[in-house]
Amino acid sequence: MDYAIIVEELTKRFGRFTAVDSISFEVKKGEIFGFLGANGAGKTTAMRMLCGLSIPTSGKGSVAGFDIMNQTEYIKRNIGYMSQRFSLYEDLTVWENLRFFAAIYGIKDKEIERRGVRVLQELNFYEERNTLVKDLPLGWKQKLAFSTAIFHRPGIVFLDEPTGGVDPLTRRQFWELIYQTADSGITIFVTTHYMDEAEYCNRVSIMVNGRIEALGSPANLKQQYHAESMDNVFQQLARV
Amino acid sequence: MKQFISFVNKEFRHIFRDKRTMLLLLGMPVVQMILFGFAITTEVRNINICTPQTWNYDPQIRIMEGFAANPYFNITGTIGNSQEIDEVFREGKADLVIVLDAQRTNPAIQLIADATDPNTAITEVAYATRIIHEAQQVAVTAIPQGQIIPNVRMLYNPQMKSAYNFVPGVMGLILMLICAMMTSISIVREKEMGTMELLLVSPVKPFSIILSKAVPYFVISTANMLIIILLAVYLLHVPLVGSMIWLSIISWIYILVCLSLGLLISTVAQTQVAAMLISGVMLMMPALLLSGMIYPVENMPAILEGVSCIIPARWYIAAVKKLMIQGLEITYVAKEVAILLLMASFLLTVSLKKFSLRLQ
Amino acid sequence: MLLRYLLEKEFKQIRRNPFLLRLIVAYPILVMLVFPWVANLEVKDINLCIVDNDHSSYSLRLAEQIPASGYFHLAAVALTYDKAIEYIKQNKSDVILEIPMDFEKALMRGESTTVMISPNSVNGTKGLFAANYLTQILSDFSVDISEKQLQGAIEIIPQYRYNPYLNYKTFIIPALMVILLTVICGFLPALNIVGEKEKGTIEQINVTPLKKSLFILSKLIPYWMIGLFILTVCFGLAALIYGLIPAGSFFTIYLFAILFIITYSAFGLVISNYSATMQQAMFVMFFFTIVMLLMCGTFTPIKSMPHWAQTITYANPLRYFIEAMRAIYLKGSGFTDLHTQFLVLTGIAGLFSLWAVLSYKKR
Repeated sequence: MDYAIIVEELTKRFGRFTAVDSISFEVKKGEIFGFLGANGAGKTTAMRMLCGLSIPTSGKGSVAGFDIMNQTEYIKRNIGYMSQRFSLYEDLTVWENLRFFAAIYGIKDKEIERRGVRVLQELNFYEERNTLVKDLPLGWKQKLAFSTAIFHRPGIVFLDEPTGGVDPLTRRQFWELIYQTADSGITIFVTTHYMDEAEYCNRVSIMVNGRIEALGSPANLKQQYHAESMDNVFQQLARV
Repeated sequence: MKQFISFVNKEFRHIFRDKRTMLLLLGMPVVQMILFGFAITTEVRNINICTPQTWNYDPQIRIMEGFAANPYFNITGTIGNSQEIDEVFREGKADLVIVLDAQRTNPAIQLIADATDPNTAITEVAYATRIIHEAQQVAVTAIPQGQIIPNVRMLYNPQMKSAYNFVPGVMGLILMLICAMMTSISIVREKEMGTMELLLVSPVKPFSIILSKAVPYFVISTANMLIIILLAVYLLHVPLVGSMIWLSIISWIYILVCLSLGLLISTVAQTQVAAMLISGVMLMMPALLLSGMIYPVENMPAILEGVSCIIPARWYIAAVKKLMIQGLEITYVAKEVAILLLMASFLLTVSLKKFSLRLQ
Repeated sequence: MLLRYLLEKEFKQIRRNPFLLRLIVAYPILVMLVFPWVANLEVKDINLCIVDNDHSSYSLRLAEQIPASGYFHLAAVALTYDKAIEYIKQNKSDVILEIPMDFEKALMRGESTTVMISPNSVNGTKGLFAANYLTQILSDFSVDISEKQLQGAIEIIPQYRYNPYLNYKTFIIPALMVILLTVICGFLPALNIVGEKEKGTIEQINVTPLKKSLFILSKLIPYWMIGLFILTVCFGLAALIYGLIPAGSFFTIYLFAILFIITYSAFGLVISNYSATMQQAMFVMFFFTIVMLLMCGTFTPIKSMPHWAQTITYANPLRYFIEAMRAIYLKGSGFTDLHTQFLVLTGIAGLFSLWAVLSYKKR
């Protein structure tokens, strides 16, 4: 009942190539779920299916209670998304970006104003609200992109390698943001390369060649693979 | 050297990987040549005319017969009153209307042409005039009279193919498109994607990087030039009277000019779109309009004629026309060659300087 | 309602793009001020070289009469035909007229005589024009000198309707306006969409509940508005500078213009939907636009094309719009005169829009 995402034997083929090979998992509401895997393991393809960007070849799944086969438009209304490629409009200001994306989700002007001011103040961005996004440092951009992705208070937010290319301090701050968000009841689905970040998740799954090879809390996985760190767990699985 | 070859190799791979662009690069000249060669003609044919309902006496009937028999004219209808003239023109039913003028003492024929396209109108009136004169002369053969028979000899282009005029233009345009536009875009793309930095920190000299970018486009341009010439000669039967060697040499000089222009643009433009628009607005448009490819340079006002002097395509097209179609000796194109060489050396120096400046 | 935000965003982005802004301002001015002077196929000042082998009063009279027509300029008198050919090679003259020996004598006796006309025909238009016009002058000349004998000679009175001064600018300006719209409403929105694709921002839009059709519409509308605005500026400039005021109604012009910009921007969308990179989109667009421009009757008459080529032009939206523009602007044709063009253009617009929507969904 209290699952944000349920996936059963989800498969995606491109011609003869199977990108995602019958994966099954659940994500609980309010959980921080880490979705790990090497490049090309099928992470992005799986995530795109969950976001309604691509239709599965076979299998079942629901996100926020909606079917990923035929209710993608409902899913889109209930999720937030932030991709590894920085995807705000560089030639719009901080405020304009926030307002634009909020408006897409149908939030009323007054509400945008009220919430926007608060969000920017919390991030200490308020002074910069009229700055063009392209003039911001990368770390700031990513925080802004995250805030934009959860501005409409979605049930789930998908983060595709959100901390790529930023310094450790900013990453730390970013994860604090994620924790805050999770505390407010939003489910976090995050892919990452950084194994230390995997430790921050409630549960993680590790994908290898289109299949989920391991699934559990970081502590459980470490025990299961007799490893000291998630990095070690990952090394063992990836080598296979 | 080995490094350089592997660089060139990489560039070729970039180009060949994108099949669609490749196809277009090679297909564009083919389609343009076919269109120019077969479809587009400046001749005036199929002239629709409307005639009076009744033709009274002898010369008029003869004139009418003259029009009916002439393959250039189609009689599409008749005109009753002067109001109908505007109607047929507005509906696009007629290009030329023949009206008998009864008011005058001398018998007169009015040729009313739809002159929205002035050149066509002048030609249509000229054709019609000739038919009327001929009919008249037949009518009065009873009286011996002198006649001037024009013997028209179309120099260099006896079959009046518009291809003769356009082939050099297409060459000028396509080479510019490939060399300048493609080179600048491909350099700027590396800049945009950040791979340029990667190349610049490698032990390869910046000059080699640029050269390696230029070589594939140089090769493709040469291939395109050959395609155009082959099509022109074998498909369109445009003669290649002049020397192929000189034609190649002058084309290579022009390619060099275009490549350095592309390089220059790539140092100025920050994004691919900018590179595209700059080369589109600053190079393609002038090459299309001011080079004399379609519009004769001598028709332009003095200022624009002056502007056209700095457009490389103008000199290249003029040279190709003389060399290839008129078959003139190289001495007749000395001026064009000199100007192109001057442009090439100037642009190459400036753009290489700008490029290395950017590195510091 | 949502569209308002989307449009606001697009306009802000256009406003912040200095290059685009400059293009939008400078382009119509350039098109209306410079192009009409450049795009001039008017044939005038043909440099004539006469080789007079007769040196008679008739040949002199002919030599005087030709420049009087206004199209020819007597550039040289050569002693021999070879010398004249040399002038052609040096580009000093465009056409040779060789008057034979005993030209006058033959005409006096009522015999026929042959005059040689040799135009440089590398430029076909000019060569043909020179030949035709010289032939006409010769024809007039021979009627002229035999006037006494030809009592019943018919006088030919040419009348050039809609463009009595045979001004080429009048002919080309409506077409230039059309070309302007192809760039603003075809190229720019297509580039814009591929640009978002390359930057990855389109992905962000795809995961929102925003309807794709609405998003695309928000990309097109600004350029439609800009296009119509610029078109209006062009009408003003044409009236101001060239005194060219449409003979027909503005309503019909705008009707056709709107129909055309829908068609062409849909065409741009189709191309951008099938292109992965901006370079590709630009190239394909460029290619088709050139082909369509060549096949639309702007530069050469469609009716002279071979049958197969004429068939192709039936699918060319530019053809119908340029036909309509010229007819409305110069001839004052009304909607009823142009209903065929209107119907076909509507059909093409519908077809391209449908294709654009379908090809977008596929991805």
